Amino acid sequence: MNSELFLLPFNLGLYFILIYSVTRSVIWFRDLSRSDKLRLQRGFFGRPFGESLKEIFNESLLHRRIFRENPVLGYMHMSLAFGWFLLIVFGTIEADFFGEKHLNPPAHAIFFRFFNPDHGEAGFAKIYGIWMDFLLAFILSGLFLAIVKRFIPKTVGMKKRTRHTWTDRIALISLWLIFPSRLLAESFTCGAHGTGSFLTGNLGAALASFLPAAETAPYFWWLYSLSLGTFFFLLPASRYFHIPVELLLIFMRNSGIKTGDRTSSYAEVQVHACSSCGICIGTCQMSYAAGINDIQSTYFIKGLRDGRDISDITMNCLMCGRCEEVCPVGIELGPLRLIQRRQERRPAEPLKFLDRYKLKKTVTVQEKEPTHSYSYLRKPDPVKADILFFAGCMTHLTPSVIVAMKKIMESAGVSWHFMDESGGVCCGRPLTLAGRDKEARELINHNSDIIWKSGAKILVTSCPICYKVFKESYYLDAAVMHHSEFINLLIEEGSLRPGYLHKKVVYHDPCDLGRGSGVYEEPRAVISYVADLQPAPQEESMSLCCGGSLANMHIPSEKRMMIAKDAAKILTSGAPDALITACPLCRKTFSPATETKVTDIAELVAEALPEFKKPARSTRKKVLHRVDNS
Amino acid sequence: MAKHVIIAGGGVAGIEAAGVLADMGHTVSILEKEGNPGGHVSKWHALFPDRRPAGEVTGYLGKRIENENIRFIAGTSVEKIERHGGGLTVGISGGTTLNADAVIVATGFDLFDARRKEEYGYGIYDNVITSADLEQMFNDDRLLTSDGRVPDRIGFVHCVGSRDEKVCNEHCSKVCCVTAVKQAIEVREKLPGCEVFCFYMDMRMFGPFYEELYRESQEKYNVNYIRGKVSEASGTMKKRVALKVEDTLAGRPLKMEVDLLVLMTGMEMSKSGAKLAEASGFATGINRFLESTDNHYGSNMSKMKGVFYAGTCTAPMNITDTISHARAAAVEAVKYLSSK
Amino acid sequence: MNRFGFHINKSRLIDYDTSDRKVRQYITDREPSFRVCFACGGCTATCTAGQHASFNLRRMNTLIRRGEIAPLREEVSRCMLCGKCQLICPRGVNTRNVVALAAEAIMKYDRNEL
Repeated sequence: MNSELFLLPFNLGLYFILIYSVTRSVIWFRDLSRSDKLRLQRGFFGRPFGESLKEIFNESLLHRRIFRENPVLGYMHMSLAFGWFLLIVFGTIEADFFGEKHLNPPAHAIFFRFFNPDHGEAGFAKIYGIWMDFLLAFILSGLFLAIVKRFIPKTVGMKKRTRHTWTDRIALISLWLIFPSRLLAESFTCGAHGTGSFLTGNLGAALASFLPAAETAPYFWWLYSLSLGTFFFLLPASRYFHIPVELLLIFMRNSGIKTGDRTSSYAEVQVHACSSCGICIGTCQMSYAAGINDIQSTYFIKGLRDGRDISDITMNCLMCGRCEEVCPVGIELGPLRLIQRRQERRPAEPLKFLDRYKLKKTVTVQEKEPTHSYSYLRKPDPVKADILFFAGCMTHLTPSVIVAMKKIMESAGVSWHFMDESGGVCCGRPLTLAGRDKEARELINHNSDIIWKSGAKILVTSCPICYKVFKESYYLDAAVMHHSEFINLLIEEGSLRPGYLHKKVVYHDPCDLGRGSGVYEEPRAVISYVADLQPAPQEESMSLCCGGSLANMHIPSEKRMMIAKDAAKILTSGAPDALITACPLCRKTFSPATETKVTDIAELVAEALPEFKKPARSTRKKVLHRVDNS
Repeated sequence: MAKHVIIAGGGVAGIEAAGVLADMGHTVSILEKEGNPGGHVSKWHALFPDRRPAGEVTGYLGKRIENENIRFIAGTSVEKIERHGGGLTVGISGGTTLNADAVIVATGFDLFDARRKEEYGYGIYDNVITSADLEQMFNDDRLLTSDGRVPDRIGFVHCVGSRDEKVCNEHCSKVCCVTAVKQAIEVREKLPGCEVFCFYMDMRMFGPFYEELYRESQEKYNVNYIRGKVSEASGTMKKRVALKVEDTLAGRPLKMEVDLLVLMTGMEMSKSGAKLAEASGFATGINRFLESTDNHYGSNMSKMKGVFYAGTCTAPMNITDTISHARAAAVEAVKYLSSK
Repeated sequence: MNRFGFHINKSRLIDYDTSDRKVRQYITDREPSFRVCFACGGCTATCTAGQHASFNLRRMNTLIRRGEIAPLREEVSRCMLCGKCQLICPRGVNTRNVVALAAEAIMKYDRNEL
């Protein structure tokens, strides 16, 4: 009877974590909006259910996304997660199959060897024993890698490892103790009884040869139970809470729930699903190119979870989106940061340890106080035009792009109006990136008014920053096009006939145009018409950020230059004649960072145009027909 | 005993150093990458502070080379300098190497390429030119806009490519301010009906009679000075240049159209000099110019024995200081040669 | 009162000995690049808001450095955060952050929170 006292930590821990996780999940579910609740319900009983199960298998167990990024790291995570899962499943089957009765309490499966020390000498039981030992060895191989990684991150190909809080450390140590203590406990027991398979049996025999195995075994059973119990107790307060929360997140995400603009239950779930794997740190250019290592997504999320003051971290991010592309858990890192920028979310006081267990934390959500106002803007006289061109603030500092656009428009015979030729008003996106949506709305209204009153059918802009806000926050009748899309249209319908420049060029996907708006094809199509487009390292969804981003309020200019130089070096590693960009800010940031010529896509096309000849009248109608029909 | 000295660069510094060495009886070979001697000064029209014709200085330099001890080799650049045994080997373009007992590096400067400061529209809009372009116009005696008009208003922009971390040149090029004042006066003399405006951040009149020239430009020639950094320039329909600047002393933004905009481009380490430095292992400062062993009393000295630095390859300088610096380099070389 | 040669109207005077430079300190603590501004005026020249209203970033920064914030309360709210000033600045001052901090600091100053 006394010998079964050691099961207490395990049982208490297990029941605690099960009840806690379920209760917390129920509360999160209850706090979802009505439409999200319906989505989740549909998700459980429809097709998304299968997708979620598949994702849980592929990602939570096999960690395929991590595998793709870094095979060694992927193996490490997989062996622990998948291995432990298999150990539990097969252990449960083992207990039910070979145990005294069926449907045993969990402890009988986890501590099977303790209850059945003589088991596994012949027949199917022996084969099963080999399998169980193999699973344990599988887990231990991953554990070994994990220990090595903590001390020498480079061995698993990681440049930096995540910094830990003290709860994380204790949870980590207890996790690391679980399997070695199981190994030793089983081995000692097997050694004392002369049983066991290739791992436990041999180790047990070796230990029993110079130690009193039967007397030593109980200590390790205690250790096994204690480490499991501690781990379970600390789960909600440590990064390992991601284990249960990730499951909930996968179901929610596959049901079609999105993060949105404001603090919500889904945002909370995502914040608790971060496993602190550190892959976001490795991908972050601010980390590897500029040596800034305390602001990455995992630290941001940890700060939110632990209730710390993260005002320094929140605004110190390029919002390039690369970390979001590689996050193995699929957390919407960009939207989460924007929410914090809009509404400073803070607990009433810094969270104490026990506060982390609160099922519902008391946090204050404080909207940013408006500090800007634009009532001074005067409405200009309305101008009518079918096609409007908006250069934006940044393009005004790269006048060669404007000159090129003028040449292109003339050559194609397009009748257009240059909306902000003598200045104009900012599109509003820099304000939204700073979390000031209400204030941005004043600028958006001002510009929208001009665009509506003009009756324009198409709004062309040469700046992806403006493009993104026009698409997302402006409600326009006009079709919004990036100038690369517009030029592509002109070329395809024959209004624009550029020649071919025998130049080897490389294209850089701007963050706001590529990852931010999904426009990858048109710029490449345009460039391919006029020059020899080479593939670049790191393209499309994993393209590099130039470092010039307006989303980062804090980064010093020298650090930006380090990021720009590093990115330019990688992009021009094939020694192209020119680096083509589609964003004036990228163009301005890359120009001093590399010897290679940096050219905007419009400039490249303009260069390939023959000297201007007045086109036939008929071409002018073409562009509008296309838009009306699309 | 007469020794052989190689001088990399046949501009002001190179020729003056050669002259001193030749006068003292040593054999000198000047290797100049362009076809003619004289460097940048041979392209100028008149020199500050007294506005004497640049041809006089070029003439002086031409006479300096007419020395039987000096061999002037044009169209050749120096690519690498190494110590070998007790002497130096100099690798030149074309692949050959020459031997020397001492070398003086006088590779000079390059003017900042104004296209890199695209906000000013050089190469994009008509009628945006550089100070070097303007000197050429003075030489040709043709001070007209791109479409042949006589300008009514000319603007000068100081600090183009200098004091600007956005183009990676934080240093001050020293001589552009006084050049602008000189050119402003020249314009006012040639075209009395033309208004002249200089847009400056500071007025760096460091040399003898420079401040006096500044005063003269205001007093006698009515040049206007506006303190403010021009942020952008753009071409207008009538091919004039519109510029945006803040009149900081009045505290308000100012808009103006000019017929010609002159960009005062600064000095940078010459490209060929930079290549030579990298190949030979010469240290360069954060401003990319050659770094001597001591800022105060060792400005001609390099870490390589027998190699000396002269002129604007070490820092922006005016012609007077370049000649003094070159003479000092020659003296150091003579000291070194007599101790061998 | 003996003001060493300045017998001029008190409101015209920048009294450096008694002016309160807490706003400047707040900004400089959080944005060290504020210190290297040499008041060239390039930022003001290119400013988008400056096209439409009175918004002079150079003057604002200069006055803050002297401890004079009274004239700035309304003006500082006009910035659109567009970033042109930052791209022009030859000294690499993080001008957007300076304006954002100035707006914050003046608000806190008025509430005696500095």
